[in-house]
Amino acid sequence: MADTGVLETLLQRVEKVDDGVDSLAVATSLGVDHQVIVGAVKSLQALGDVISAELRSSKHWELTEEGTEIAEQGSHESRVFSCIPQEGLAQSELMKLPFGKIGFSKAMSSKWIRVDKAHEGGPRIFRTVESIDDQVREKLLLVQKGHSTQLEEKEKNELKKRKLLSEVTVKSYWITKGNSFSTTITKQETELTPEMIASGNWKEKKFKPYNFEAMGVAPDCGHLHPLMKVRTQFRQIFLEMGFTEMPTNNFIESSFWNFDSLFQPQQHPARDQHDTFFLSDPAHAHEFPQDYLERVKKVHSEGGYGSQGYKYDWKIEEAQKNILRTHTTAVSARMLYKLAQQKFTPVKYFSIDRVFRNETLDATHLAEFHQIEGVVADYGLTLGDLMGVLHQFFTKLGITKLRFKPAYNPYTEPSMEVFSYHEGLKKWVEVGNSGVFRPEMLLPMGLPEDVSVIAWGLSLERPTMIKYGINNIRELVGHKVNLQMVYDSPICRNPPTHF
Amino acid sequence: MAGNTAFVTGANTFQIEMLKKHTDEEFDELCFEFGLELDEITSEKEIISREQGDTKASGASDVILYKIDVPANRYDLLCLEGLVRGLQVFKNKLEVPRYKRVSPLSGEPQKLIITKETEAVRPHAVAAVLRNITFTQERYDSFIELQEKLHQNICRKRSLVAIGTHDLDTISGPFTYTAKRPGDISFKPLNQTKEYTATQLMSLYKTDSHLRHYLHIIEDKPLYPVIYDSNGVVLSMPPIINGDHSKISLKTKNVFIECTATDQTKAKTVLDMMVTMFSEYCAQPFTVEEAEVVYPDGKTCIYPELAYRKEKLSGKFINQKVGINESTEKIAHLLTRMCLLSQATGAGDEIEVEIPPTRSDIIHACDIMEDAAIAYGFNNITRTTPRTYTVANQFPLNKLTELLRQDLAAAGFTEALNFALCSQEDIAEKLGKKISEMRAVHISNPKTAEFQVARTTLLPGLLKTIAANRKMPLPLKLFEISDVVLKDETKDVGARNSRRFCAVYYNKSPGFEVIHGLLDRTMQLLEVKPARGEGYHIQTADDSTFFPGRCADIFVRGKNVGRLGVLHPDVINRFELTMPCSALEMDIEPFL
Repeated sequence: MADTGVLETLLQRVEKVDDGVDSLAVATSLGVDHQVIVGAVKSLQALGDVISAELRSSKHWELTEEGTEIAEQGSHESRVFSCIPQEGLAQSELMKLPFGKIGFSKAMSSKWIRVDKAHEGGPRIFRTVESIDDQVREKLLLVQKGHSTQLEEKEKNELKKRKLLSEVTVKSYWITKGNSFSTTITKQETELTPEMIASGNWKEKKFKPYNFEAMGVAPDCGHLHPLMKVRTQFRQIFLEMGFTEMPTNNFIESSFWNFDSLFQPQQHPARDQHDTFFLSDPAHAHEFPQDYLERVKKVHSEGGYGSQGYKYDWKIEEAQKNILRTHTTAVSARMLYKLAQQKFTPVKYFSIDRVFRNETLDATHLAEFHQIEGVVADYGLTLGDLMGVLHQFFTKLGITKLRFKPAYNPYTEPSMEVFSYHEGLKKWVEVGNSGVFRPEMLLPMGLPEDVSVIAWGLSLERPTMIKYGINNIRELVGHKVNLQMVYDSPICRNPPTHF
Repeated sequence: MAGNTAFVTGANTFQIEMLKKHTDEEFDELCFEFGLELDEITSEKEIISREQGDTKASGASDVILYKIDVPANRYDLLCLEGLVRGLQVFKNKLEVPRYKRVSPLSGEPQKLIITKETEAVRPHAVAAVLRNITFTQERYDSFIELQEKLHQNICRKRSLVAIGTHDLDTISGPFTYTAKRPGDISFKPLNQTKEYTATQLMSLYKTDSHLRHYLHIIEDKPLYPVIYDSNGVVLSMPPIINGDHSKISLKTKNVFIECTATDQTKAKTVLDMMVTMFSEYCAQPFTVEEAEVVYPDGKTCIYPELAYRKEKLSGKFINQKVGINESTEKIAHLLTRMCLLSQATGAGDEIEVEIPPTRSDIIHACDIMEDAAIAYGFNNITRTTPRTYTVANQFPLNKLTELLRQDLAAAGFTEALNFALCSQEDIAEKLGKKISEMRAVHISNPKTAEFQVARTTLLPGLLKTIAANRKMPLPLKLFEISDVVLKDETKDVGARNSRRFCAVYYNKSPGFEVIHGLLDRTMQLLEVKPARGEGYHIQTADDSTFFPGRCADIFVRGKNVGRLGVLHPDVINRFELTMPCSALEMDIEPFL
């Protein structure tokens, strides 16, 4: 805020005139620097519509550094003249003075001095006139005082040539009264204060307007991970549909529960070293429900329960091998086995947790990912029921256009891949896998023969990547995560509407 | 789950007529309905051009190829012959052929004698003859390709079964399947100009991009399997290579097929598949000449089995499992369209279904039911809602985790999500610990060091997350609630998960008070008061991960549940960090 005195003086000046005042003229007449008046104009503008100021530009003559020196001390030639005493001065002495050289030649051409070259002891300079009239200095003083108009153009150009004057463009304000013009100043408040509220004087105050174009200050906060936000939503959907969460907190699984119990034969490629992480320590599981294990062995090697079986030599050693589970269906198997040990009641189960594959990694595949799985066990469930449940589940995700493709999966029959119509891509894209668990899996567990179990699964990462527009899975999961992305990610109201 | 890709040539064969009547879109729809995936429509030229550039592709064929993904258990759809046959039957354009095993027109059947030496290396063998076959280039290529596909799939890269096909007119039976010392086997292998001993062959093929993958199957066995004809000509040394002498060509009229195996069931299936697919080109289509296999104990068996199995099931079973209401006759017709010749027996709603030798995937009534559903059309089935009434329950540990996560984010910490697998170094050396002291679970077959162990602590993951995000403004405040894995003898698998909460504070000053404050807040959320005994307290501890004198154990109701402190500068350096850092890690399961 400029000095209140200047502000008020300026306002008084503006009040006195009908049309307006020029800031430069005000500065000159007050004998202050122009910038002081410019500052006062800006301060007054900030107070609201007290004044109106129009920016103008004008040409203006100004002294150069040398010109200023001359205005103060006289022209070089006049200084040469005044330093020569009656008895004269040795030329060599004169030349030692800073203004000597230029002043000498100018004074010579004005015939103020003469040189006696034949003088003993070297050339000597003498005055030729009694007094001089230093016009250069006077002209410069005129310009300095703002009266450059009193000089002729020719004179100004001559001084410009001597680099004593320069012509500059000056910006000034043309100041007129504003709509709420007043000669007294009311200071605008930036913010409401407790004192104002207490005293009530906010009623008399004027408040500086806010800049609503600017961004606010980012809150200092923590953030949830986007994949976990999507997980929360999927969890919510299952809970809304009455599904109970399975305890999937066991990453280490035996091949028995991960494969054998699911009627996945021991030579199946998924059980290969190239696809599954095996453990060296602890290498083997050592405890199985023995009766059940015998039934599993039998259905694989000989068949039974209406099945031909796979007819191969089933080995306990293969079943004992510990692995990092390749799907959460291993937990579903444990849960269904447990269910079969009680009097059967219908169940709906779900889980969302990590699974592990020893596969080739790329931009969309990691060695571990989250599998979403839903399971329903009840009497007489049909394939139509499976499709109906899937329809309800995907409707909750905002996906209503579904179709089903026959597929193969060792532990479900029928097996169906779930496709949804992608409005953006204008094609059907796979969104999940589903099926009815095989009798060879369920009956050895001891489930009643007329109980069907339907199930489906999908990955958590893929829909999340699509929702948050992430192309490289490493930016989403793992330590290479982009924390800025985590900070910036929106809430997950619905899981992605298309995959 | 589609497993295999069949390339189907779209020209030069009458069989493709059916495909030609469809537009690409219609064919795509048909594939979808039948459970195939039309991956793309391309040409050899396009494939080479994509993989090796336009210049290499200039001479290649531009005949259209349909790249189709086939379900992993449908070996009968792996070649053009089977795929077209299957689709034609499905579309009611063709009656399902009947495959017949016949005796030779004259003389005895071909004989394959198995000696007991094979027992220790590859004990099973089956054989058959395709008589008076007519090959064209396309048929021949398809014949070779099917062998290769079967080798890769059901044969498990030849370890379970290996197929050998021979020009029968170049050899003379009876054939002997035996096993000999590698030095004692000598023959000219396929496409070579001179004879090699088996020992030499094994070293010759060490560098062969294709064959080297099969060497391990017999390499360390004292005896190698080998098949001779009655004149001592080597037919093959399974599962590695055939002899050059008996190789088949476009001119071959009679093909002797042998399959040697470690799995008898699969050998029979593979032989059935080869002969059912290609007997179409025999003078008597779909007939296969039998061969006799003589076992070491003197017993004999006739192959191929070409077994047709009959199953009886009710229309009600199909209707109830699928969720449709079709007549018995209609269901029988649906099944017949899936190559399962079926008819209503007239006894109630009983249907008799005949499973042909091509459908080894049908092992239970549920497989038949699925075929009925496919023929009916999955997408024609009415979608229904089961009446299953259940009350949902959250898994208590996950419920606690969800609630805590929300409030820890509200406390100003950002959630990270790290891998459960990591290197030994991450959980041991880098933290100033010894791997032998960790109760870590070790992986036997990691492809890289990143997957050596399951993490025993969440801390390294969070420190790596900070290292990857050093450009972010300070302070960095991160947390994670997730599982670590610890060895535990009391569990059936010898290991268990443990749910942990870990948080780190990374700034220009260590900020122990911040992490300590977060502990206080967490305890407040968990309704545990600061007090010795019944509440929680922290107590100085000694841990090489932390700066000496700046580490404390967390005790809750007298039990140590975790640790907090200022990280040791060596740890900070090893994780490529530059600022002081304080951390907290604790078990949350005691709060259930």
